[in-house]
Amino acid sequence: MKYIDEYRDPDIVRKLASKINGSVTQQWSIMEICGGQTHAIMKYNLTELLPPEITLIHGPGCPVCVTPLEKIDKALVLASIEGTILASFGDMMRVPGSSSDLLKAKAEGADVRVVYSPLDALKIAITNPDRKVVFFAIGFETTAPANALALIHAARMEISNFFLLSSHVLVPPAIRAILSSEDTFIDGLLAPGHVCTVTGYSDYIDLANEFNLPVAVTGFEPVDILSGILTTIQMLESGRNEVENCYARSVHREGNPHALRTMYEAFEVCDRQWRGIGLIPGSGLSIREKYSAFDAEKHFTLNNIISKEPEICIAGSVLRGTSRPSDCPAFATSCTPDHPLGAPMVSSEGACAAYYKYKSQH
Amino acid sequence: MNQVLANMCLAIPGMITEEYTENGMKMAKVSFSGVIRTVCTEWVPEAKIGDYILSHAGTAISVVDPKEAEEILSLLDEMN
Repeated sequence: MKYIDEYRDPDIVRKLASKINGSVTQQWSIMEICGGQTHAIMKYNLTELLPPEITLIHGPGCPVCVTPLEKIDKALVLASIEGTILASFGDMMRVPGSSSDLLKAKAEGADVRVVYSPLDALKIAITNPDRKVVFFAIGFETTAPANALALIHAARMEISNFFLLSSHVLVPPAIRAILSSEDTFIDGLLAPGHVCTVTGYSDYIDLANEFNLPVAVTGFEPVDILSGILTTIQMLESGRNEVENCYARSVHREGNPHALRTMYEAFEVCDRQWRGIGLIPGSGLSIREKYSAFDAEKHFTLNNIISKEPEICIAGSVLRGTSRPSDCPAFATSCTPDHPLGAPMVSSEGACAAYYKYKSQH
Repeated sequence: MNQVLANMCLAIPGMITEEYTENGMKMAKVSFSGVIRTVCTEWVPEAKIGDYILSHAGTAISVVDPKEAEEILSLLDEMN
């Protein structure tokens, strides 16, 4: 595929690895924020190409993993209501709620449908006017504009049977929370390329200044990731705490203003619970009052839901970057992709799933 | 391919083969290595047929900049 294959070129990968090895003089810990980057690192075994001085710390950038348990339990309740259709991204289907998951609910007769776009969920509502369709609208800044677009479009078309169960999160406040905590030691950041495609990277310049660390806006293919690491190392070794854009084929400093306008038309910033991390002020997006008729949590009665996390799972410290998946006693024993205890074992961006899937291959 | 499309936060490049409007929204048919999907192009007004866009959750979030794409590769390729 054009714009993918050339960024997997083994010759360039080797050159980058050799340049990184020649640039490092001391120990550095770099956090790749996005779970998509974590998966690419594990899939292509990129850590094997790096010198022992470099430690990669996996970040919280897995929207499925940080969606609060309570929201999953609410999705399960909504799916069980007679006559509703619950539409969701495929990644959410296996994420364990307190007592079940959406895939099990579907097997037990609930009308749960996997969509790849929120616009597909809206189409389901249009073609089923006698049913209530709830879209489980999760995601970071990459996905929130698409979810907002479906909502605004539903309002414009006066569709009254379409609702969002909204659980959107913002990356910079979460990174600020992680960098502020005493048990994390991070020298540099790989910023998430697709989030920055939408938002631009001004917020990351603020983070670089606030925490005195370099940031490389980084893509998702092996060449992208290694070039983000090399750039970060070069800044660390020369004492520069700046932001460099290593994903310029997609990211502009100001982001995509059209997508941002759509996102903020439908949503406003709110405090948000992150699964495994806790409440982070100003780290979420909620549906604006003018669109409240489309808010599933206002339309349906969703009281008396008691959510409970499995005690053994250490997903929280994996998401904060203080533990690795293999540190967990349940990893690959009682917790596997077929029987996940925590969300990071399910998602195509979860660190536990990446370790499980790729560790044994290398 | 479906695995790639199902992945939440990933955006993948595809080429616009056809543009149209649906319910007042700018849409395009986009080829991902020959697999054609419909993608909303409201946020990339500059995009035209033959351009590569990055598609995420059924929406185009950017037009791939061919100059930037090639520049970085040749820069890295020339690296000692």
